[in-house]
Amino acid sequence: MDPQPLWLTFRLAALTTLILLVLALPLAYWLAYTRFRGRVLVEAVIGMPLVLPPSVLGFYLLLAFSPSYAFGAWIEATLGLRLVFSFPGLVVASVIYSLPFMVYPLQAGLQSLPASLREASYTLGKSTSETFFKVLLPNCKSAILTALVLTFAHTVGEFGVVLMIGGNIPGVTKVASVAIYNEVEALNYSVANQYALVLFVVTFVILLLVYTFNNRLLRVRYPA
Amino acid sequence: MSDTLLDITLRHSLSTATGQVPLKVDFRVRAGQIVALTGPSGAGKTTLLRLLAGLVRPQVGIIKVGNETWLDTEKKIQVPPQQRRVGFVFQDYALFPHLTVRQNLTFALEKGQNPAVVDELLSQTELGQLAHRKPAQLSGGQQQRVALARALVRQLAEPSVAGPRVLLLDEPLSALDRDMRLRLQELLLQWHRRYQLTIILVTHDLAELFRLADHVLVLEEGKLVREGSPAAVYAQAAEAEGPGLYGEVLACRVEADHALVQALMQGAIHNLRLPRHLAESMTPGRAFWLRYSVEAPIVEWIK
Repeated sequence: MDPQPLWLTFRLAALTTLILLVLALPLAYWLAYTRFRGRVLVEAVIGMPLVLPPSVLGFYLLLAFSPSYAFGAWIEATLGLRLVFSFPGLVVASVIYSLPFMVYPLQAGLQSLPASLREASYTLGKSTSETFFKVLLPNCKSAILTALVLTFAHTVGEFGVVLMIGGNIPGVTKVASVAIYNEVEALNYSVANQYALVLFVVTFVILLLVYTFNNRLLRVRYPA
Repeated sequence: MSDTLLDITLRHSLSTATGQVPLKVDFRVRAGQIVALTGPSGAGKTTLLRLLAGLVRPQVGIIKVGNETWLDTEKKIQVPPQQRRVGFVFQDYALFPHLTVRQNLTFALEKGQNPAVVDELLSQTELGQLAHRKPAQLSGGQQQRVALARALVRQLAEPSVAGPRVLLLDEPLSALDRDMRLRLQELLLQWHRRYQLTIILVTHDLAELFRLADHVLVLEEGKLVREGSPAAVYAQAAEAEGPGLYGEVLACRVEADHALVQALMQGAIHNLRLPRHLAESMTPGRAFWLRYSVEAPIVEWIK
């Protein structure tokens, strides 16, 4: 078994999760507290990857990223980046594809906090950003953990989008889920099984850790 | 004591169970006063407090505090809550669950302020032993003491913040048992004297109101219906007609020539024989003043 696809998968998932955390925090904050009426529209757009077939999303991203179309050409001209059939392209696509898995838990976590926490911090003289980092986030640990894990796991499990815009280039875009598919196609069931087993075990261990940790968090915060 | 500290004129719209009700209040508070804000629920008491703290923006209004203007909707002045420097105690205490008691207090310090005040407040509230605990490990009374202490940290820390020390309390003691309530009332009165605080508190408890406040504002459906000293607002009639007793109807039974009323008065259950014509209005839960004049008992309803 070539470990390359596994390594690529986890690198992609880790990068996607990191980028999404930075992007989703302000977005979730805005969604949780804004009174802007157009909020539902934004929520619906963010939620699209949840229901859209990955091949549909992949297809449109393929068109968008392609240098023969305006956006892809512009990216290539300004940043020197080609997003089709490349690792950076996979990262960008994964960020879009996993966006709701990061934003929704964070938003729900923020909304579940009593408004008085935020207001108390304001009356104690703290700015919005200080309140966000020192009061709101520390009390959403469980939501943050859930968001991180869901995003990571969802990116690991990505298949349709990757295949559409990344193809199957070893060491560049051939992630584990695609490798499994290839090995099955070639009737190499034992190699496919090795990849599958690694993903299976890693995913299970992550979830086990999350539940253990989350239960502990909950116990500390809400003793009987 | 005689100078006006807060000068308040506010117009706002209250969302209540029965729809939108306009909130319309004008009042003044003198420096060092303890003002009780009372009235039925949904009257706008909490909203009024939040408007003062800057947590809600009114449709129209002016709030002047000493020489400062916190709010003037016409001139588009709206000082944010951070800069109003009021101490606010929330009904649910709003302690930060992830911080210990001590950290909850030090959180309130501004940059460069001396943390010595935290120890002072901890010892005054007898929380020194509990300083390392998280709020979830405290009783209701202890949590309330933390909330009160935290609201004062910023105003008392050296170098002291310029401007008045205003404390806004939203039903601060309502969830506590009677003993704890009396102890905390005593603490509030001590602090009021020691630190020259001006306090506005929302309360439903008449005993508390009489014990703490030197001025009462009665709010009903967004309007100030009565204002004055507790004695003037509640007990004027009592002075004229002899002592009255505050009671709440528990049950009422109509007998041949009188109504037999079971009422909660002064913490005990009493059976009253009252004129029969009163029976109809004696529905359980109603509060009243009972006075005995020469001829017959007089019952006054409290809304």
